[in-house]
This record gives sequence, C-alpha cells and structure tokens, in this order.
Amino acid sequence: MRRFAQLYAELDRTGSTIAKRDAVAAYLHDTPPDDAAWAVYVLGGGKLRRLASTTELRQATREATGYPDWLIDESYAHVGDLAEAIALLLPPGDGPFDDIPLHAWMEQHLPGLARLDTAGRVAQLKAWWHVLPAAEVYLLNKLITGALRVGVSQRLVVQALAAWSQLPTDLIAHRLSGDWSPDAASLAALAQPVEDDAHREHRPYPFFLASPLEAPAESLGERGDWLAEWKWDGIRAQLMRRGGEARLWSRGEERLDGRFPEIERAACALPAGCVLDGEILAWDDGAEAPRPFTALQKRIGKLKPGPQLLAGTPVRFMAYDLLELGGADLREVPLRERRERLAGLLDGAPPTLALSPAADTQDWDTLVQLRAQSRQRHTEGLMLKRLESPYRVGRKRGDWWKWKVDPYTLDAVLIYAQSGHGRRAGLFTDYTFGVWDRGHLVPVAKAYSGLDDAEIARLDAWIRAHTIERFGPVRSVEPQHVFELAYEAIQRSGRHKSGVAVRFPRILRWRTDLAIRDADRLDDLRRMAEG
Amino acid sequence: MPDPLLQPRPEGLYCPAGGFYIDPAEPVAQAVVTRAHGDHARQGNARYHVARAGLALMRERLGEPAAIEAYDYGEPFTLGDVRVSLHPSGHMLGAAQVRMEHAGRVVVVSGDYKRENDPTCAPFEPVPCDVFVTESTFALPVYRWPPMAQVVDQLLAWRDDCARRKVPAVLFCYALGKAQRLLAELAPRIDRMVYLHGALLRLVELYREAGVTMPPTLPLEEAARGAALAGELILAPPSAAGSPWMRRFPNASTAFASGWMQVRGNRRRRGYDRGFVVSDHADWNGLLRSVRDSGARRIYVTHGDGHALVRYLREQGHDALPLAALGT
Repeated sequence: MRRFAQLYAELDRTGSTIAKRDAVAAYLHDTPPDDAAWAVYVLGGGKLRRLASTTELRQATREATGYPDWLIDESYAHVGDLAEAIALLLPPGDGPFDDIPLHAWMEQHLPGLARLDTAGRVAQLKAWWHVLPAAEVYLLNKLITGALRVGVSQRLVVQALAAWSQLPTDLIAHRLSGDWSPDAASLAALAQPVEDDAHREHRPYPFFLASPLEAPAESLGERGDWLAEWKWDGIRAQLMRRGGEARLWSRGEERLDGRFPEIERAACALPAGCVLDGEILAWDDGAEAPRPFTALQKRIGKLKPGPQLLAGTPVRFMAYDLLELGGADLREVPLRERRERLAGLLDGAPPTLALSPAADTQDWDTLVQLRAQSRQRHTEGLMLKRLESPYRVGRKRGDWWKWKVDPYTLDAVLIYAQSGHGRRAGLFTDYTFGVWDRGHLVPVAKAYSGLDDAEIARLDAWIRAHTIERFGPVRSVEPQHVFELAYEAIQRSGRHKSGVAVRFPRILRWRTDLAIRDADRLDDLRRMAEG
Repeated sequence: MPDPLLQPRPEGLYCPAGGFYIDPAEPVAQAVVTRAHGDHARQGNARYHVARAGLALMRERLGEPAAIEAYDYGEPFTLGDVRVSLHPSGHMLGAAQVRMEHAGRVVVVSGDYKRENDPTCAPFEPVPCDVFVTESTFALPVYRWPPMAQVVDQLLAWRDDCARRKVPAVLFCYALGKAQRLLAELAPRIDRMVYLHGALLRLVELYREAGVTMPPTLPLEEAARGAALAGELILAPPSAAGSPWMRRFPNASTAFASGWMQVRGNRRRRGYDRGFVVSDHADWNGLLRSVRDSGARRIYVTHGDGHALVRYLREQGHDALPLAALGT
C-alpha cells in the first residue's frame, strides 16, 4: 500500500486537475494491475462495506493510546475526520514497516475483519496500526470507515485511465459503468483497444447530467429548438431491457433489482435490446401528480416490498430518453429522433411505464407562465433539452439545462453548532436552526452550506464566545442570529420532534436585519406541510 | 481570596503585589514582556522589563526611546514586593518565562514555549514552582510534532521537486522567530541562496547579529525576475499569500510552515500546496511534560481552547483550572 499512500499524498497536495490526472496515470503505469484495479475502484468512490463500527475504532484507539473516550471525541471533533484523528493520536510506530499490497488488504485482510467478533476486530486493528507508518494507518482507517474523498472525481479517474490506455474517455466511462469488478482482468478489459466484451449487456450507459440554468431562458435562442419537460423529484434511473430480463440502474450506478417489481414487470413487454432513461416516482393510480419524494423513500429502503407497501405506494417510471433500441446504441442520434422513437415504443404501454410529457408552449413567455405551475404539479421546475443534441456523457454544459423554480424560504434562529469535516474541520460549520413554538425554539432544520468563508469565520468566532452548553462536539449557543433558509419541500413527519421534515435546507443569507422574535412559527410550517 | 500574584484584567495579566503586567494589551506603567511578537510587545508602556537576549528585537519593535530594562536569564530583580526573574522558554530568541516570588510562594508564567531544540534560542528551562501558568495553543493529543530533521527532509524534497518542475518554492512562515528558525535549521543542509520577502530582511539581520548561523540570503527585490527564480526557495510572511506581491510568480508552489498544518482540514482550507509541521509552541506531550517538570501544586491554563488540557490534567490528579477562573 506504500505506493498508493504516495499517490494519495500527491493527490492531496495539489488542487490541479491535470496534476491529479497525471499522478493517477503514472500510478497506473508503474503499479501491478491487481493493485491498480483496486486503486481505480476506491479513487472512483468505491468502498467496502463498513468493516468496523465507530465504537470498535474508539475502543481500539483507547486501548492503543490510553486516552479517555472524551479526549478521543474532542480530538475527532477538532480534526473532523475519525480516520485521521486516530492516525494522529496513535503513538508513532518505530518500524521497520511491512509493505502489504493494496489488493491483499482489499481482498484478504480487510474482508477478514468482518469475520471476527468485536474483541477480535479491536485486537486486529491495534496489531495493524502498530506495524504501519502513519500515512498508511490513515489510509487503512479511511478504507475501513468509508470513501477516500481525496478530491478525485469518477471523471478524473476516467481521464487518467484514458491517458494510460490511450482510449477515448467516453469509451472508458462506459466500460467502467455498472458493477465494474476491481481485478486485474477487468483492468485489462478496460484497456482493450476494441469493444469486445461479454459484460456489455449488463452495463448502463454513463448518465448525461444537466447543468443549472442561470441566464434567462430566452438567451438559449429559438424556443422551437428546445424540448421542455417537467423536472421530476424522484430517482433518476436507466431501465434496461436486455437478454431475457429487465433491470433498473440508479444514477449512482447501483442496481435497483427487485425494489420496483411493477416497473420491471411492465418493462418485460418492451422489445429486447432497449434502454430507457427516466425517473422513478411514487404515483397513485389515477392521480394527476406524483407524491412527494418522502413517499418514494419508503420504497427505496425495501429490497423486497410486500403487497401492502406495493399497494400503498405504487411507483411509475417516467421515461424521457431512449439510449438503445434493437440492441443499437442511439446516443449519437439527435434527441428529436430519440424522443419520437421513445414515444412510439411506449404507445399503449400501461401508466407504470409512461412517456414523460413535454411542456409544450409556443414561446418562452408562455413557458415561463407554465413553469410557475411547477409546485402545483409537484415538480421542481423544468428541464430544457436541445432537440438536436446527442446523449452525452457526464455533466457537459450547453445542451441540457435544469430550470428549477425558486425554493421556499423560512427564517430560523441558530441554536446549535457542530464543527465540520474535511475542508471545514475545526470550524463550526454544521448548524441547527429552530423556529418558535409556544415561546420555545424547536429545531427544524440542519444546514451545512450557504455562507462564504468570511461569514463562516465570523460565525465561528461568535459561536466560541457565546456557547451555552457543550454536548460532546455539539454546542448550544445563545439564540441571537436569524438566517434565511431555502428548502425544496416540507412534509409532516412523525420522526421529527417538530412534526415536520424540511427537504434540502440550506442557508440563503444571514439576516442581520432581523431579531429572533421575527423568526418563523412552527404552526405556520405545519400548515405548509398540510397544504 | 484574590491571588496576590495573578489577576487577569482587561489590560492583561496583572501582578498586584508587584504592580506590573505581563504582556499587557494596553499601555500600563510597568510591563514584563515575554517576547518581541507584536501582540505581546506593544508600544506605549512607561517601562518594559525584558530578557537581554531579546533586547535588540524589542528595540526594533518598540523604538529606541522606549524605557527598556534588560536582564540576563535567571538574574533576579525586584518589582514592588515581588522578586522577579526571567528564564528561557525556548519559543524564540529572547523569549522568557516569568518567575515571581512573594512571601515564600513561587508562580511561573510560561509565556509561549516549546520543548524542542531550536538553534536560534536558549532551550526551555524547567523552573520549579508552586503555581504554573501554561499556554495551551495546541492542547490536544493530535498535536505531536515530528522530528525537525524529518521536516527539513520534506522541505528540501519539496524544493527539489520545484526545481524539477522549474517553479519557485514560496514558503510562508511567521516573519519573526519561525523564519529565522527555519533558516538556521536549513543552514547545514542547503548550499543555495534563500530569497526573502522585504518584511523578513531586518529581522533576519538582527538574528545574524545575535550570532545565529543562517544560509546566505538575498532580498527578493534584488533577484532577477521570472524564470531565474525557478527552483529557488523564497520565504515570505503569511500576509503575502494572496496579495499582489504573489503576482510575480504565477506558477509558484506554495507552502506554509506551522503547527496547524498537522491537520489535513487546516492544510486544505488554507489553500497552500504543502503544509510543513513546524511550531514554536509546545505540543500536547510538551505541555504535559512541562506541567510535570514544574512540580506545581496548581496549574492555570491560558489561551483559547484549553478546556481539554484542564480536564485531562484534573483526571490525572493535578489541580488544574482555566486562568479565567481567577476572575477579573
């Protein structure tokens, strides 16, 4: 893992995308393929299932350092990353250190951890920590606790693979999509000059992602050159009808097999060799509009939904693109034609498998008026897609725009703060906000973003000086500052003390012009949630 | 009962029996100053008491006319009813701990200190006392300083890498103390000129006059512009980062030398390419060791986030309190 630790250090110390790509490509060149395959996997955000609990990691740290739990927790809150805090707390090993290859960690040692009981895991962690240099202790802890997060995107890994294999990035992206398996053979298959592999039929196409539209819609040119569709608040997915079966892949490139059987069943009526892009939505039979995202969440969590759930929360696939038909890749065909073929394909299909309707208007002005109905239609706004565009890979600006409606807002008081993670470690950047309920401030939303660096620094200093109480890493602060929060939706919730769940809250602005008595009231939010 | 030797006041830490302040933030009649940093050595006090080793730096900060009394380390002097002496704190050239003795009781105020060796100043001297007032800048066990030789290796490897990539290596560091310590540590290991930002020139000169060995340096203004600086090491104060001064080397690799660089989040937030862990403050083990060495029955912790240190010391059986507990 030493060479990988070196790569990690190189990636961590540069902000330059080109330098990162070159570092990954250089690593691919001089590393044995069985290790390099795992590096591709973890750099691209892949992770093993969680192998040890936080409690076990803390116990091992306590035993290895002699520090009390509260001091380990203080250190964790200060550093903002448990894997790093542990590496910094452990006494430095004195070597000589073994260099255990990355694939041996990923295939043998780490999976072996899962077979031990708690005492065995704690003992094993301590034994590993003892024989590794600090940089590898840190990496090992990152691999055990989750993703690496070293500022490398999947896209950058694709570019490095392309540079290394001398193949086009789109081809690499496609070969890498789906459940790519991190081994030497798969790595070799990535670099094969010609597309000739048996796995193709199991893989989704890389998703084309829209960018937010910030300019006025008229700036896009002729209305007639653009397809306008409703922007759904569901799960983006590809529906693949290949071989004898139908599969759903989420945008996170996870297989959703079995979770939405009614969609899979409906898809079996489609001809073999077709792939649809669309959105999974919770939608009651005969209803005009979908149910909120929270309804869909009940279905996402269930691997094998029972009859009661299936009947209570039915779902639909709203298709808006056709990527493959008759086994032929249509992605280079203009959207105008893909859409026509999609409409033909879905003609007469049951509502479970529907064509996402176009928001037809003559001109931009009437489209703006139609967009104002987004909320009533339970959508997030509109999508604008250039009719002549191909289906591209990843987030490429120019052809697909998301044109969301303005969010709802509320004014709330800062009541708790916690230090952040990563780049925001050691700063109080995770805030909890409350609104009034019979003279008390009740927490309704947590938000982590929306302030600039100067505001964060100012608020951080204020929080330190105005802490009322500490609860481990969390501090309650004097109610004094009001913030305007934006959010996408509000629903009744039995799981929240306030009785409401606020979706996607984020800070719009620090309302220094408002006093805390001006903050919103919970009763009003509840009424919003009813409506 | 108020302590006759320690009383935190808005102006600074006051010694009632001696009638003087330690590092006052506002003008007072009698000031004992532990080091020449701007936040401690402020102009406007009627009379200053400092360690002789730091006199030249104090004069530079305070101006010639200031009434400064200088004392050798360990040399006793009397202020009010208190017998005072200054002892090396190892923080930087002329930095001092303040020992105060009154009615058979000894209080030591550490000022900023470190336990690591530093070629630019006398090493920290443990001073036995009844009450020890310690700093707590890095008071968590995640702060454990690496050996200086290892950091110098990393620094030189970075400079070599910059030379290969033909870009200047700009190292940000505090202009007084840290810059000179880095230069002195580099002296036996580097055979090239080191370039200095204007803010460092006079201070480096004063250290040379005090007998500290440093590699040859040149004001950056005297260097040829552009490519000639590729692969050269340039020292600058952190305030120069992001300033128009940096425009002269658009491709430079930047680094920051500070104890804060121990934590990845700090490195990434500051936006430097590299972070080198070098501090003139005590790390966690240095704090604990100094508390033990003092033999004190009561420990006060100053500064910022010292609550973890206070709690840990109490759990270890020490009578520790935040200095603020003394009241104002």
